[in-house]
Amino acid sequence: MTDALFGAFVYLCAAVLVVPIAQRLGLGSVLGYLIAGIAIGPLFGLVGAETEQIQHFAEFGVVMMLFLVGLELQPRQLWEMRHRLIGLGGLQVGLTAGAVLLLAVLLGFDWKIGLAVGLVASSSSTAIALQTLSEKGLLKSDGGKASFSVLLFQDISVIPMLALLPLLASPQLLMDAAGSVSDHAQSATLVDGLPSWAVGCVTILSVAAVVVGGHFLTRPLFRFIASAQLREVFTAAALLLVIGIALLMTLVGLSPALGTFLAGVVLANSEYRHELESDIAPFKGLLLGLFFITVGSGIDFGLLVQQFLPIVGMTVALMVIKAAVLWIIGTAFRLRGADRWLFALGLAQAGEFAFVLLSFTLDNGIMPVQMERMLLLVVALSMLLTPLLFILFDRLILRRASRSQQREADTIETQGVAIIAGIGRFGQIVNRLLRSCGYETVVLDLSAETIDTMARFGIRAFFGDASRPDLLEAAGLMHAKLLVVAIDDRERSLAIVKYAKRVRPDLHVISRAYDRVHVYDLFAADCDDIVRETFDSAVRAGRSGLEALGVHPYDAERIAQAFVKNDRHALQKLAELHDPAIPPMENGPYVAMAKQVREDEESLMAAKRQVLKGAIDKAWSPPTP
Amino acid sequence: MKTLVLFAHPALQHSRTNSLMLREARQIEGLTIVDLYAEYPRFDIDVEAEQQRLLDHDAIVFQFPLLWYSPPPMLKQWQDLVLEHGFAYGEHGTALKGKLWLCAVTVGGPEDAYASEGRHGFSLRQLLSPLEATANLCRMPFLAPCVLFGALGVDNAGRQAHAAGYRNLLEGLLEDRFDIAAAGSNNLISAARTLELTREFTP
Repeated sequence: MTDALFGAFVYLCAAVLVVPIAQRLGLGSVLGYLIAGIAIGPLFGLVGAETEQIQHFAEFGVVMMLFLVGLELQPRQLWEMRHRLIGLGGLQVGLTAGAVLLLAVLLGFDWKIGLAVGLVASSSSTAIALQTLSEKGLLKSDGGKASFSVLLFQDISVIPMLALLPLLASPQLLMDAAGSVSDHAQSATLVDGLPSWAVGCVTILSVAAVVVGGHFLTRPLFRFIASAQLREVFTAAALLLVIGIALLMTLVGLSPALGTFLAGVVLANSEYRHELESDIAPFKGLLLGLFFITVGSGIDFGLLVQQFLPIVGMTVALMVIKAAVLWIIGTAFRLRGADRWLFALGLAQAGEFAFVLLSFTLDNGIMPVQMERMLLLVVALSMLLTPLLFILFDRLILRRASRSQQREADTIETQGVAIIAGIGRFGQIVNRLLRSCGYETVVLDLSAETIDTMARFGIRAFFGDASRPDLLEAAGLMHAKLLVVAIDDRERSLAIVKYAKRVRPDLHVISRAYDRVHVYDLFAADCDDIVRETFDSAVRAGRSGLEALGVHPYDAERIAQAFVKNDRHALQKLAELHDPAIPPMENGPYVAMAKQVREDEESLMAAKRQVLKGAIDKAWSPPTP
Repeated sequence: MKTLVLFAHPALQHSRTNSLMLREARQIEGLTIVDLYAEYPRFDIDVEAEQQRLLDHDAIVFQFPLLWYSPPPMLKQWQDLVLEHGFAYGEHGTALKGKLWLCAVTVGGPEDAYASEGRHGFSLRQLLSPLEATANLCRMPFLAPCVLFGALGVDNAGRQAHAAGYRNLLEGLLEDRFDIAAAGSNNLISAARTLELTREFTP
């Protein structure tokens, strides 16, 4: 127990101390984690043997990341990018593997080894590339989209690679491998020993199961869970979903990341999307961080020192070849300027799948142990160098480039987004009004039942507690132009307004208010518009009453306007005197003002002057002589 | 002199000339501009506030498009409610005495249509006579209106020229460079004329 605790303590310490410093220095979180790993591994020797096991566990972070990426993607987008996927991706893998093979043969290695190394080298790091791209907000740029297509294709290509590689085994090495103990033993899959046509069938069935299940089964499942109103159960369900799909995929020999990506795409249109995103995101963040720490701590500095020149030489050669291939195909696919550089530099490293493939090559007798260990170092070094390449990109290339991410975002969203928290009686009306003018709204609600009812009327809403910052952010708080807080829970609505105003002081916030005191609290929280939920309706009823009592409709309208004006004026004066820390009745100035307002009203009513009618009557009255 | 622009246009999204004129006016420092339709979308004019605004300024410019031969409804509501007996007119209603009243109007049709022999049968000055009479009753000198005819078919150059002229006019008023006497001798003022009227002139 102590060991586990100590291990956890060390890893967390490393992350918490090193990463913020790395961020501050502009090095990015990925480099920070890698450095943290180096610090606790080779440098201080705090961790050692268990690193590999933890790495397997942490690889799950990549699986989760692909799920989140799928959630963000619309299926139509996926179909639209099929050309880029097969073209860019296919060429990248093919040309890189070919180039490395050529180099290996020229250097005198066996072509089988050369091809194996080529295939291993062709994969890039999904984790580093996607993480860094999204951190810098470059995912939607042309370079980002092209990178994403290549990474996605590489994911898909792992499957045929795992099938192809055993064919490159050499008998001698196979015997060596059989005798050695390897931690990376491939666990048995369901498809072991099945004929290839059966394997094909099983693969298709599993993919179909993910797609169909995701589409039809998740909604009733989540609704059932959401009705428990326990947040942790929903989080558990989200994890269950991701883990379950990954399990299914592994059992049939497919890449789990691909499976969860597909599941994410299927769920991209679900009303539980934001909730799923905000539940999985923290796990993904931590696991990915852990993964990078293990990569850093697994760097064998001893071997590095021994074979320094060959290893560095191979790393540089690898990255140059990859970057060159990417540059060429980037040009062929009409990437220009900063985007082409981003594409070439961002994917020039070898990725985490390389670790998986390398151990696979070892088990299957494709290359000798020494070479595999050196290649592990090359892969790790290339990953370590990537954040530096991004810094290079930032400082040298992006500065000079005239295109920026901001402009692209402007053309995509021509109309601002409004977030509406709460789709009950109040929120519904606001939503209908805004949408009928063509404004895009994102609606959040805590009741799954309400969401279902709304869906029947064609109104899209997402499940979740809008007072959770991560949900608000998943709903687009950072880019919204308007936030309408239409929920009936007083404390939650105040919390939402305070949070929104804190992170986006420029955002226009409208809030529903339960009563006078709620108005004062919202006023103190800088809410831009505070709308008492029953006030306007009551005024309308009063006006209607005046008309029923014989007042001319136009008079009644003007009387009502004057009433509202007076009331709001008095309310504002009282709101300015209200102190949230003191109950109204103990607040001296407030009580004095309230008394005065009340006295004014009473004295006028006592004088039997028709207060409002009198004021109204002045207009259009003939001149008095 | 302190100048107030009371702008009344019920549908800015359809306006190209008036919105350009407004944009030009907004760039002038020291000018008070009130978009009446934005200020009082429910026509619930705050009489006291408007009266105070009138007291605070010496020249009142009414900027509006001519709709069915009159200003938009908002200006009528404003007149009815703000120009009270005892404030703006009547024996003791001298608050507005001497303040200038200037209309800045855009007219859709051509100039020749606005004549007794023309299509509309009345000149613009005649159509604006209710406003002129109001100004007279309030003892406010009614200056020759600054007008753009043919606003429906004007091209960008013409629009820019008129807006520039309007800007001259406002700046001239603000900086006391406006030749009121010379303006009075005119029937109507065009944008081009504003340059002459606001040349370095000491009143």
